[in-house]
Amino acid sequence: MTELIFHPGLLLAAAAPLIAWLRGPARTAAIVAAPLAAMILLWRLPQGVLWRGQFLDYAVAPLQLDAAARLFGLVFALMALGGGMFALRQPNRLEIPAAYLYAGSAIGVVLAGDLITLFVFWELMAVGSTLVIWAAATHASYRASIRYLMIHLLGGAVLFAGITGHVAQTGSTLFTALTLDSAAHWLIFAGFLVNAAAPPLSAWLSDAYPEASWSGTVFLSAFTTKTAVYVLMRGFAGTDLLVWVGLFMVFYGIVYALLENDMRRILAYSIVNQVGFMVAGIGIGTEMALNGTAAHAFSHILYKALLLMSAGSVLYATGRRKCSELGGLFHSMPATTACGIVGALAISAFPLTSGFVSKSMIAQAAADSHLVTVWLLLAAASAGVFLHAGIKFPWFVFFQKDSGLRPADPPASMRAAMYLFAFLCIALGVWPQPLYTLLPYEVSYEPYTAAHVLTQLQLLLFSGLAFFVVLPFLKRTATITLDADWIYRRLLAAAARRGISTYRLVASALANRVQALGRRWITAMNRNGTRERLFDRSGSTAGMAVWVMLMLIAQLALYHLF
Amino acid sequence: MSRHWLDDARNVKRLWRGFLALLVMLVIAELVVEPHPHFQPDALFGFHAWYGFLACAVMIAIAKLLGSVLKRSDTYYDRTP
Repeated sequence: MTELIFHPGLLLAAAAPLIAWLRGPARTAAIVAAPLAAMILLWRLPQGVLWRGQFLDYAVAPLQLDAAARLFGLVFALMALGGGMFALRQPNRLEIPAAYLYAGSAIGVVLAGDLITLFVFWELMAVGSTLVIWAAATHASYRASIRYLMIHLLGGAVLFAGITGHVAQTGSTLFTALTLDSAAHWLIFAGFLVNAAAPPLSAWLSDAYPEASWSGTVFLSAFTTKTAVYVLMRGFAGTDLLVWVGLFMVFYGIVYALLENDMRRILAYSIVNQVGFMVAGIGIGTEMALNGTAAHAFSHILYKALLLMSAGSVLYATGRRKCSELGGLFHSMPATTACGIVGALAISAFPLTSGFVSKSMIAQAAADSHLVTVWLLLAAASAGVFLHAGIKFPWFVFFQKDSGLRPADPPASMRAAMYLFAFLCIALGVWPQPLYTLLPYEVSYEPYTAAHVLTQLQLLLFSGLAFFVVLPFLKRTATITLDADWIYRRLLAAAARRGISTYRLVASALANRVQALGRRWITAMNRNGTRERLFDRSGSTAGMAVWVMLMLIAQLALYHLF
Repeated sequence: MSRHWLDDARNVKRLWRGFLALLVMLVIAELVVEPHPHFQPDALFGFHAWYGFLACAVMIAIAKLLGSVLKRSDTYYDRTP
């Protein structure tokens, strides 16, 4: 029976070459049908291990389903659908196939029952996402994609070392809950954290994602970091360290986004911020916290895609990315503005949006576990989200001073994708029950109490007041803020250049010296008494035979001695 | 090209008044709505209002401080050193 089951991730990845080959309406149909089919499959597949196999001497389970895997798989397929619709008019023919390979591999990671399958899909994801960045076909995107690939290959190598160690120690490849009790498990942990954009290597995200095309960044926002959230949830739930890693990411994202001028880099830093909430939730590790993490991953993927679609529409219409060159676009792009605002409200967790019903579960879990400091920091961070993504993004792109630009809203296919995701952001907020039934544990949480709505509105609207009070300090300048990527883009690069030039200097000086010595030696030989040159002389045959015999004896003696 | 109602400074002023009135009402509403705080700090009156405001002020101050050290022109990486 097991042979008859299709793998939803492989199905989506297999559609990639087909989409690259098809043209016209058939291509559009395939772009819409492939993710839909993956969603239906995910919905219908029973839970448990569905595929078993043997790889070398190890039992593997390439297809295994649980509640959390179904939730992540569903939202990945939904994301592929929305992103595919949004990218229909993308002239580059590589991008959607690459994105579907990427999305299919992400589904493969969450459906992997063993670490070997997980690793294979993990690396395929790196290939797919690099190709998506490449598809922008600019010099900057090419260079960014190479830096991106380097970091992910490094993370993959660390993960592989960890998996090898784990398999050697336990003899099992199955992916179960792990503890940080051995070097191998620390390596697996580190490999996962690289993809979650955790410190110290978090800069790859804001470096690479904004270099993709107007539609490519939408795909990129969803899969890599959220598969990392899923595997951390499955492997390291309740690891205290993750609470602090998560909180660091939350505030790092806010501070860098506040300083940023490029609208899509603001949203990229905001991804790190949002993943920080999820990582902190995994660290808290209670059922409420893990439910909150899963729910937040689901709603985050939708509103972040919506925000990046609205930013992508602006880029598509104006060709500009910098806040300092944008503004006043609400005049001529009302649909994009409205969708951008819905996404901004959802990421800020306004009541009646998806963020409100998901993020508050993580804060509630911190409160239930009596983590006062964590709860206070999460509340401050929620205020900060409204500040950098909820107001800053829509304000500087669509309002502020009028840039005089009057581009029209994007074409119908792009608008349709935005409307779909805007609808979902609000629908999940108004009617959270379907999302709650998908969660890994039973939900006994009611987001809509009068006190919760009131306190959340106080927190957010007073943050809004703070934004406008200090607005003169937030004036946009054409600047970037140096991040950890400076270490490998400047410091190490300069060190390598210095090293190479020093090596060249030393090597050429050495070569000159050796040449000079050789010349002096030969001239000395030539002057040496006889008129014969050193290499022209011929010795007697008997003398030669003696020398050879001596050497053979010496070799024999050395062989026996050592 | 027709002027949008938001282009009128009077309307923007009205929006501001409405927003400030809403803020005041949100704090006053705390007298009516039964609160259920988790800890001691959030049992204080208007906690979420002033905490949200202060948290944002602090985060912006930290960002400005960090920016004064780490800000560079956005062509920084385009130049070959």
